Amino acid sequence: MISQTRDLEMMHGGYRRASIRRALALLSSLGVLILLMVLDLTTGPSGMPLKDVWNGLLDGPSGSDRMVATILWQLRMPQTLMGALVGACLGLAGLQMQTILNNPLASPFTLGFSAAAGFGAALAIMFGSLVPLPAYLTIPISAFAMTLVACGLIYVIARLRGATPEILVLGGIAVLFFFQSMQSLLQFLASPEVLQQIVFWLFGSLLKSTWTSVTVTLVIALACLPFIARRTWALTTLRLGDANARSLGLSVEKLRRETFLIVALLTAGAVSFVGTIGFIGLIAPHVARSLVGEDHRFSLPLAAMAGAIILIAASVFGKLISPGAVIPVGIITAVAGVPMLFAVIIRRGKRGVA
Amino acid sequence: MTGRLVLRDMSVVAGKKRILSDVTVSLPSSQIVALIGPNGAGKSTLLSAISGIVPSNGSALWNGQVVGVRDLGYMPQHCQVTADLTVLEVILLGRHEQLGWRVEQDIVEASARILSHFGIADLAQRKVSTLSGGQQQLALLAQRLLREPTLLLLDEATSALDMRHQVHVLQVLKDYVARTQALVLIAIHDLNFAARHCDSVMLLADGKLRGHGRFADIVTPDALRAYYGIEAEFLTTQSGVTVIVPTASHHTTKRHSQEEETI
Repeated sequence: MISQTRDLEMMHGGYRRASIRRALALLSSLGVLILLMVLDLTTGPSGMPLKDVWNGLLDGPSGSDRMVATILWQLRMPQTLMGALVGACLGLAGLQMQTILNNPLASPFTLGFSAAAGFGAALAIMFGSLVPLPAYLTIPISAFAMTLVACGLIYVIARLRGATPEILVLGGIAVLFFFQSMQSLLQFLASPEVLQQIVFWLFGSLLKSTWTSVTVTLVIALACLPFIARRTWALTTLRLGDANARSLGLSVEKLRRETFLIVALLTAGAVSFVGTIGFIGLIAPHVARSLVGEDHRFSLPLAAMAGAIILIAASVFGKLISPGAVIPVGIITAVAGVPMLFAVIIRRGKRGVA
Repeated sequence: MTGRLVLRDMSVVAGKKRILSDVTVSLPSSQIVALIGPNGAGKSTLLSAISGIVPSNGSALWNGQVVGVRDLGYMPQHCQVTADLTVLEVILLGRHEQLGWRVEQDIVEASARILSHFGIADLAQRKVSTLSGGQQQLALLAQRLLREPTLLLLDEATSALDMRHQVHVLQVLKDYVARTQALVLIAIHDLNFAARHCDSVMLLADGKLRGHGRFADIVTPDALRAYYGIEAEFLTTQSGVTVIVPTASHHTTKRHSQEEETI
């Protein structure tokens, strides 16, 4: 009896300690993110010491030093905020995608959303002049719309044949190839100048950020949050496998379809303005899981944090290595993502977990 | 309060094949019923049809009501869990509907109590993906009991357990039945184990119910020959327990003779 009471206390204490440790991991990731965002604000082609950044931040957008105020509030601030937002959206979307597809190699782009967004953007770059709207609106609208079209196609397939990971992935591959070839077709037909624009969009760069893009992406992310929050325990339960989750009263297919829609929205919101930024949606979930496990109450926010941290870090790095011309952040995340992926694989191998 | 599980004309058809045909039976609660039968007899299908996961014709009523998720503790056949969750977290998920941003202390305590009841308190902080198949089975069974179901459907829930844990789990289930008047329906291959620990048996073969009642009345040499295709000796131990020892299989004898012919 005494030993049983001791067991209970031990388990209870263990759970509480683990929860506290995870909350601390979340808090410290928030600290790291804020530090990196400040660092991001201080870097740029024109440079700016920390003191000026601080004063500029305190003075606000209409501060007395016009040059500092303009650079800080009109150029860098939207980029930094957009970087954090896009990273967070991709991290969130990536973790949910890996959970519903039960596949650690899935990412928000696995089901062809990036190709669809790329096609949408290319379409707008080529034919946008036919629409009486400025290019900075037609391109993201078109990219967003095409992502939703891709999502709709896969959703219909999932409704018809059941939302199993296999069906989703197969449908996604079909959609991916379709939009990729349509995009190639446009590139083939485009004039050299237009082609250059398309290629630059595909790189994924925060230079395209504006306050409009920040607002729109933020609204989309905030609109998705309540839906994600309601499903944290359901997603955790889904990790026990379909058979177990179903027998615990979870409607697995419905959960998959709905989560899939949320992922599509988050991804579309993230890539429509800045272009496709790879690897974050793949790596951030791994970072989150290795730090806090798969209780989605902790891993979802941490995946968002990790995504934001990686993207901002890439942005800082891109500005530092070539002070004159900012290297598109999409290229850096892709290059830096490879060693990170290797690290993840090696770590998993060591732990002996498939 | 004692309940009753009434199955009426339960049939399951997959494509053109009838996996289950017209199973009709009435099982009073407060007992452990062994669901036996050869491979492919339809045991798993019957359990998942009762749980409502596999659509079926006919009806399954628990205490006069359609079987609901609140009454039900269904454990499908074992599949490896690869989640990066601790055992205690897996147990908590047994009540995932009631969990919020803060996990209520009483749910953690109930989970911890069940773990020590199952004798796996030492596994609480282990990652479930690092456990052996048998340990995972114990954890998942504990998780189902956290739901406090009145109708437990266990599909080979003891298949990966060693003898000590098999006996221990059955004792836990017996205690649970005595405390809650639940009905436990457990698909099981070990006939001797069923004879020793279950209150009655249901014999399924080719998707049909071939008998239901006391073990000694249902599992006879004739029944084993007809449905399992084996000859068996029935021994009685000094303590009066019947033990079935298979001596020959019709299927394998046939194959042996064929091999001899080819040689």
